[in-house]
Amino acid sequence: MKRKPNRIASQLKAGRVAANGLIDRRVFLQRGAATGLALAGGIASGYAANIGDNAKPWQKTIGAPMSAGGSPSRFAQEKLKRGVLQPYGEIAPGSGASMTPIHELHGTITPNGLHFERHHNGVPDIDPAQHKLTIHGLVKRPLVFDMEALMRYPMVNRICFIECSGNSFFNTFAKPRPLPAGMIHGLVSCTEWTGIPLSVLLDEAGVDAKAKWILAEGADAATMGRSIPLSKALDDVIVALYQNGEPVRPEQGYPVRLVIPGFEGNTSIKWLHRIKVTDRPLHARDETSHYTDLLPDGKAEQFTFVMGVKSVITRPSGGMTIWRDGFYEISGLAWSGASKIRRVEVSADGGKTWGDAYLHGPILDKSLTRFSMAWHWNGEPVQLQSRATDEKGRVQMTHGQWMAKYGAGQRYHYNAMQTWAVNEHGEVSNAYL
Amino acid sequence: MRIFESATLLLLIVLNANYAIADEPRLGRPATAEEIAVIDISIPPSGKGLPAGSGNAVAGEDVYAQKCASCHAVDGTGKPADKLVGGIGSLDSAKPVKTVGSFWPYATTLFDYIRRSMPLNAPMTLTDDETYAVTAYVLFLNDIVSKEQSVNAKSLPRVRMPNRNGFVDMSGVR
Ligand code: HEC
Repeated sequence: MKRKPNRIASQLKAGRVAANGLIDRRVFLQRGAATGLALAGGIASGYAANIGDNAKPWQKTIGAPMSAGGSPSRFAQEKLKRGVLQPYGEIAPGSGASMTPIHELHGTITPNGLHFERHHNGVPDIDPAQHKLTIHGLVKRPLVFDMEALMRYPMVNRICFIECSGNSFFNTFAKPRPLPAGMIHGLVSCTEWTGIPLSVLLDEAGVDAKAKWILAEGADAATMGRSIPLSKALDDVIVALYQNGEPVRPEQGYPVRLVIPGFEGNTSIKWLHRIKVTDRPLHARDETSHYTDLLPDGKAEQFTFVMGVKSVITRPSGGMTIWRDGFYEISGLAWSGASKIRRVEVSADGGKTWGDAYLHGPILDKSLTRFSMAWHWNGEPVQLQSRATDEKGRVQMTHGQWMAKYGAGQRYHYNAMQTWAVNEHGEVSNAYL
Repeated sequence: MRIFESATLLLLIVLNANYAIADEPRLGRPATAEEIAVIDISIPPSGKGLPAGSGNAVAGEDVYAQKCASCHAVDGTGKPADKLVGGIGSLDSAKPVKTVGSFWPYATTLFDYIRRSMPLNAPMTLTDDETYAVTAYVLFLNDIVSKEQSVNAKSLPRVRMPNRNGFVDMSGVR
């Protein structure tokens, strides 16, 4: 069918929000409605002729029976995989990460099998019958909870993201790596966690007036421990037993983990077995040697817990090819460790002009928020960017600004804007601006 | 008066009910001192909780050769695993090298970390003397203690690390 360039041009003009074809979403939706009607008409006339000829093979045979468990379609499985990173290879197979393929997913909730992983010495195989949580230190009553006891507490639900503070470290390297969005930014996932407010258990133990910190420790082969300010521990921290409705998975901390909304992921201690209430932080290896932020003058910021405001366009993104000019929906994720997302802007000309993206609800505190923007690509090279602002007024920096803020080799808390360059062939790749 | 009394009674019942709900369940059982002693392995900069025993770099050299060198190299220069020596004075350069010697603010952290996490392929298998000794050896490789110096519960917290003042506390906790 021949296109009507005049009509498209006038639509683009009417709905224009920024340069290089960014348009108001309503124009896009109107077009969609019209096309949908036309298609429906075509199919209806075909049915009248011969219903059997139009049916697909899977409409003519009995489908697979009920099953005790499910998995994605065999046609979709190939791409629904975490990208695994093992920096030490075989000498330390359990020290590394695997990343959520955010470019293959939609919505905001991460399927449990695709939640990112970061372990320092592998996933322990914990027998819940032998697992205990001990709370001690500056408390009136040191307590031990077995799993049976924990399961009996009233529970709360909380949707929030967990992001590794090393997320997006690839973008701190000198040259942009040609990687998909999931390999660059996939150390973030979003889950409905269910569990006991930590404040309830701390209250039962009776926190001493001198207390200011807690140490949370896991029962893995790294016995990973992190210090957390008591004020946060008493605020919105959850002792989580369920993850999107099912028991927390082994790689997420089975049988019980901490979930610390908005804080760097490393503090959400998995396989939680001990909480010590203290007056000072431990200065553990993973809050001194690691997870601290080197500045240009050689000093390092310590206990930078709250994750920055951030966004990334997941479609189109690195490694994808958009096959011809025309209408597209730009879609992505935005989040902040401090609050809800207030605004996401999108640019198609490398940050010169911006248009407000549509935020898809529910927009939740410290959770992933889906945004979208309608776009008409004219077939020429463009640079796509998104820029998020949170309710605290924090705005994403450019890559250059972020790099200037920190010392060389700083890999944590990268939250600069992502640039995707689209060339004249429609190939999308990672770029720095 | 009657009305007042019953209203007070009702209020008391309501308050009590609320109290009861907020206060339940209390399912933790008391932790005994022995139970806590065996799991409380964290060692803060004060050194509180450091066990009895001691070791120096002479003894530590052996432990290190047997249990650490395969991953951190004989001289601690790393590969395949983390570099444990060097980099002092490099943090503000274009190529900062972060190691125990150049970056770690507290020597107690080294004992704490080795005891809980290393050797990576057999964590929590070192004796306290071995942990002191190998801690001494890593400090010795960084020229922070002499080869003979005894590292123990008393001396370890007093070891001054080169980057002791290199961190800015952003926690907001006062
Ligand atoms: C099987 C290999 C292996 C062995 C053996 C081993 N390590 Fe390690 N070590 C590692 C790896 C891998 C890491 C990084 C762990 C992580 O991902 O957190 C590490 C980290 C460390 C660190 C922290 C380095 C830093 O700058 O943060 C120290 C200190 C250390 N090891 C000391 C030791 C000592 C002492 C021994 C012997 C008792 C030892 N290691 C044995 C693999 C090993």
